[in-house]
Amino acid sequence: MEVLISVKPLLAVSVSLIAAFFIALTGERARNLREFWTISASVVKFGIVISMLQPILEGKVIEYTLLSITQGLELKFRVDALGIFFAITASFLWIITSFYSIGYVRSLNEHAQTRYFACFAIALSATMGVAFSANMFTTFLFYEIITLCTYPLVAHKETPEAIKGARRYITYLLGTSIAFQLLAVFMTYSAAGTLEFSNQGILNNVRGQVSDTFLIITFILFMAGITKAAMMPLHSWLPAAMVAPTPVSALLHAVAVVKTGVFVVVKIVLHIFGIDLLSQLGLGTALAYFASITIIVASIIALKQDNLKRRLAYSTISQLSYVILGVALLTPSGITGSIMHIVLHAFGKITLFFVAGAIYVAAHKTNISELDGIGKEMPFTMAAFTLGALSMIGIPPLGGFLSKWYIAIGSIEAQQLPILLVLASSTILNACYFLPIVYAAFFKSEQCQLLVSKETEHQQLPPTLTLTPSLKEAPALMVIPLVLTAIGALVLFFAPSVFLELARMVVAGVIN
Amino acid sequence: MIEHAAILIIVIPLLASFFNLLIGLWRKRLCYPFVVAALGLNVILSISVLNTVINSGTISYRLGGWAPPWGIEYVIDHLNAFILAIVSFISLIVAIYSKKSIEQELPGKTVYFYTIYLLLVTGLLGITVTGDVFNLFVFLEITSLAGYALIAIGRDKAPLASFNYVIMGTIGACFYLLGVGYLYIVTGSLNIADLAKLLPELYHSKVVLAAFAFFMVGVAIKIALFPLHVWLPDAYTYAPSTVSAFVASTMTKVGAYAMIRIMFTVFEPRFSIEMLPVTAILGWVAAAAMVYGCIMALAQTDLKRALSYILIAEVGYIVMGVSVANRAGFTGAVLHILNDAFMMACLFMVAGAVVYKTGSSNIQNLRGLHKKMPFTMAAFTIGAISMVGIPPTAGFFSKWYLILGAIAAQKWLFAVLFLLSSLAVAVVFFRIIQNVYFPPNESTPHPNPLPQGERGNMGGNPTIPPPLTGGGKGEGEIGLFSHEAPATMLIPIFIMTAGILLLGMFSGKIISSVIQFTVPGGF
Repeated sequence: MEVLISVKPLLAVSVSLIAAFFIALTGERARNLREFWTISASVVKFGIVISMLQPILEGKVIEYTLLSITQGLELKFRVDALGIFFAITASFLWIITSFYSIGYVRSLNEHAQTRYFACFAIALSATMGVAFSANMFTTFLFYEIITLCTYPLVAHKETPEAIKGARRYITYLLGTSIAFQLLAVFMTYSAAGTLEFSNQGILNNVRGQVSDTFLIITFILFMAGITKAAMMPLHSWLPAAMVAPTPVSALLHAVAVVKTGVFVVVKIVLHIFGIDLLSQLGLGTALAYFASITIIVASIIALKQDNLKRRLAYSTISQLSYVILGVALLTPSGITGSIMHIVLHAFGKITLFFVAGAIYVAAHKTNISELDGIGKEMPFTMAAFTLGALSMIGIPPLGGFLSKWYIAIGSIEAQQLPILLVLASSTILNACYFLPIVYAAFFKSEQCQLLVSKETEHQQLPPTLTLTPSLKEAPALMVIPLVLTAIGALVLFFAPSVFLELARMVVAGVIN
Repeated sequence: MIEHAAILIIVIPLLASFFNLLIGLWRKRLCYPFVVAALGLNVILSISVLNTVINSGTISYRLGGWAPPWGIEYVIDHLNAFILAIVSFISLIVAIYSKKSIEQELPGKTVYFYTIYLLLVTGLLGITVTGDVFNLFVFLEITSLAGYALIAIGRDKAPLASFNYVIMGTIGACFYLLGVGYLYIVTGSLNIADLAKLLPELYHSKVVLAAFAFFMVGVAIKIALFPLHVWLPDAYTYAPSTVSAFVASTMTKVGAYAMIRIMFTVFEPRFSIEMLPVTAILGWVAAAAMVYGCIMALAQTDLKRALSYILIAEVGYIVMGVSVANRAGFTGAVLHILNDAFMMACLFMVAGAVVYKTGSSNIQNLRGLHKKMPFTMAAFTIGAISMVGIPPTAGFFSKWYLILGAIAAQKWLFAVLFLLSSLAVAVVFFRIIQNVYFPPNESTPHPNPLPQGERGNMGGNPTIPPPLTGGGKGEGEIGLFSHEAPATMLIPIFIMTAGILLLGMFSGKIISSVIQFTVPGGF
């Protein structure tokens, strides 16, 4: 494999870090200039990431060693197919989210906007760091940075509820990463003498020198330590984190943070253990069934959530485990489906969160039971919601179908037919908790006159997009992004070629 | 001058201590620049010594030209050159920091403070450079006496805390002296190098065994190794902020150095590891210290007290690294001496700045403080993150080696306890950080501040000045420095914070140029 040495991965990581510095420097005095930094950083970041795509598709990898701190601890970036896959997803959605964020925080006149945008930018830097990391140390470093810089975002509202949610957030994420993940990293290093990801799996390379028990314990510690993947029973930080402003929930708790979690799980399965080792130990199957439990249980819990964002959160928990389930099958199609689900779920779920935020801004509603007839007032928003929901359920022609299809084939390849049952029942459950919302929004009669009562409570209702008198859409800065992501979910079904190609390259790399 | 650097490092602060008193009688204001200048000179000297050692190996300096073992010899190898640089650097930084804090906490006593402070520095540096066990005792006593005095001038129960420390410290010193005496009886020598040559034949002598036991217990009291730590939390809590910052970051570290010296230079490593199960015992004691320190820290409501208990845990980390008796563990221990000195200095200086601005180090006083002291609190956060051991801060890298050492020695329990204690430290600090940035019980600082009447009954500590209004409009509108600690406090804090961030990055370099040579043979 040809290796290119290039500083680009470092640039992709640092551009938003630099932007965060300028955002903090600009502060509240020049809001537009501050937002300019965010937007330009997101565009530049996406540009850098895209510029690395071509060499990767040609089968090369890009490496850059920033700092070799001491033996075994290197700050090193390596851009491979899996990394660029995740990076494209996150950096593209950051552009859209940036616009949406601006619309959101300005409509609601949020406080501490500078902190908000700065932390957001750092979080994206760290996400790129995880995507491009070449070894487990770099991954761990950026994993922790994500936790630390998203903590202020979760606590953003500074209400007792927000602070409580943020405390739970940091307790789960930081606590498990120190107690379990770090120990697993130490065990890996002491067994393998390196933390550098390898296609065969670094622990596979030292098979025979360490006992099976040791490997199993290491694996369990890793899985328990990567709480960002929100696998049950360590999932409850995610619903708690829903107190954050909606753009944060949208990009970070549906894409960047949680996808970092499943991305690291995929990395550990493929590059630290390797599929040979895991299938010999039978850990792949165990993980698949464990993920299946999360898929089903989280969906059932989602059914009875009335708060829209909480329902979405449980849906996310369930969907994240699809990624884990797919990769745990350890078969080509399973892995392809798993990786594809990272991007396909991202587009669907971010749309749904955007919608939740738009409804909150335009109508100040957070509960599903209040959404009757809202489709008539917010047709674009709710149309986007419908597309997103259909993608979640996995109905063609929407992206979500593709990944489920691959995972289903993967389960046949792995001869784990019960997994098919899990997929089927999860699809039904998904339909059960999403379709009623769509139905209520469009077909139930409008029950409450939202604006009359609300307008008195909130003196300054945000400026609304009024095309016709009956439309009460959120500002255009919010509606356009959510329509775009919904269209994205649609487009990905018809043109998944680049992502599919990248996923195939990952599979080709790990399966010989 | 450079060939006399070894002795000048001791002579400069000692003479400065006396001259400081004279200068103070004449012009009080001149004391501060004089002390800073003297310690600055010392830093340059100790760094040049470190440089010489790195380039041309161990330095041996004969006092008055008397050949050892009859005369006193100063021996500086990689290990003590390293400690020397740390102690003199921190002494300078803390001296710079001391100005405002001392003026506020000890009005009218500044001259005496600096005099004793310089004596303390002399003692610590003396322990580090000397190659003679009795001379080490002398410096140990200088250190301790200066320490008692400095702690006793603190607030509240400081005299009582200091008295406890005097009793414990004297017992420790006695034990150490008994050890010296026993060794002198059987060998007739006090020179470390000489003792190292003479002792192996006498390893089975009961006198030597007793001497070793006395040494270990004596030093263990000095470094506050659990369960001989009881004097420390009170003493470091009630001491003046400057004193806490200095003694917490250096005194236990120099004690740990003395312990390493005795275990691996005066006695051979095989004696401490194989003949007596000292390292095994120390390992368990250290593990207990790690757990105990962190758990006690969880229960504290005073920042300085919480830090003191964490210090007990940190001493446990260092001793644990030594006790596993392998290269990784020892490297981690020595690296942690450096990192912990920086972290402790940083955090205690932050605590001092909080005391300076709010009047007490109660954790309640930190509530919402990031609005008034954004830079100090940022430094605190970085120090805390390093204490927890999150990369890329320095704390992670020493923990990396310490845990690898524990794993290499097959001490899995220690590795687990280590991470659990990191977890406890994380809880301690994040509770405080949350208090600082997202104060509980305070209603949302939304654009419209609450009416005055409602602000009054929010409860909380009456000493807290009313919260700044206009917070909702963003941080940018408040003058960032208007409520900050003065520059003489802030700049040293920044230097330590920068150190915490940079040392981690350069730990590989530090290990390859200094620490790898400190590892005793046979590890």
